[in-house]
Amino acid sequence: MEDKLIIKGIEFKSRLWVGTGKYKDFEETRKAIEASGADVVTVAVRRVNIIDRKSENLFDYIDPKKYKILPNTAGCYNVDDALRYSRLAREAGISDMIKLEVIGDEKTLFPDVIGLLKATEILAKEGFLVFPYTNDDPIIAKKLVDAGAVAVMPLAAPIGSGLGIRNPYNIKIILETVKTPVIVDAGVGTASDVAVAMELGCDAVLLNTAIAGAKDPIAMASAMKHAVIAGRLAYKAGRIPKKLYAAASSPIEGML
Amino acid sequence: MRLIINGEDLEVSKAETLQELLGELCVKPERVAVEVNLSIIKKSDYDSCRLKDGDRIEIVNFVGGGM
Repeated sequence: MEDKLIIKGIEFKSRLWVGTGKYKDFEETRKAIEASGADVVTVAVRRVNIIDRKSENLFDYIDPKKYKILPNTAGCYNVDDALRYSRLAREAGISDMIKLEVIGDEKTLFPDVIGLLKATEILAKEGFLVFPYTNDDPIIAKKLVDAGAVAVMPLAAPIGSGLGIRNPYNIKIILETVKTPVIVDAGVGTASDVAVAMELGCDAVLLNTAIAGAKDPIAMASAMKHAVIAGRLAYKAGRIPKKLYAAASSPIEGML
Repeated sequence: MRLIINGEDLEVSKAETLQELLGELCVKPERVAVEVNLSIIKKSDYDSCRLKDGDRIEIVNFVGGGM
């Protein structure tokens, strides 16, 4: 049976979405993303180096015809900046999708959800497909969807922390609260964290540091690919309920 | 003509339009976005966008980044 993620008519081949930051070089980025099986890659918007025009471009390694490009507003700390970066990203002509980030402070990189909500509303009205990076807060998640977000992207834990899903119960409530896809974004550390997100019923996971910061990023990319698949299969299969006491799995009948 | 491009104060000799400026800077227009004095210029308008002394220009593209 087909189990594809489709958002606003866009069909996604993989439920693992990846970032392109923090790699040693573009070649490692290319290999890791290939090993991850991801078809969505998120990218940041920054000034072109106009002094050294020989510097290589990410898209020399990541073909935008092969991957779906999800520009982000990483580094934006207020609504105006987030809008400016989003509009520039769209004008670059590769995607109408935006991973919207309005960051609250540098220490936690937690989202400023008040600013996020305002920016989501404005950009959705302008026709963007808004994917807001948000807290694991079901009320805000619902407000973001009401404001026009096409999915919500709650964090598992602070960006780059590798702590894994710190509040699985909130993620579960978000899943029951919103009708849009839920994509866990940020904070996963290893394959089991990804599997937990998918077993909860999340539609996808977006990560960057967990792969790029691993000792062997390419092997970790492959681990993440399998974790997403395993977690999704387990969710669809339906796990057994947790019980306090044992339940033998061999029959009593026929015993000596 | 003196322009402020990506925060750098630069003297441009020939370019009169945005299209010509990108050419002079060896920037391919396909994958960039450009602001002139905080207004985004559509790619189709690069040719007709005339520059003047003191314009503040931002040329951005996509780079590796996650969140």
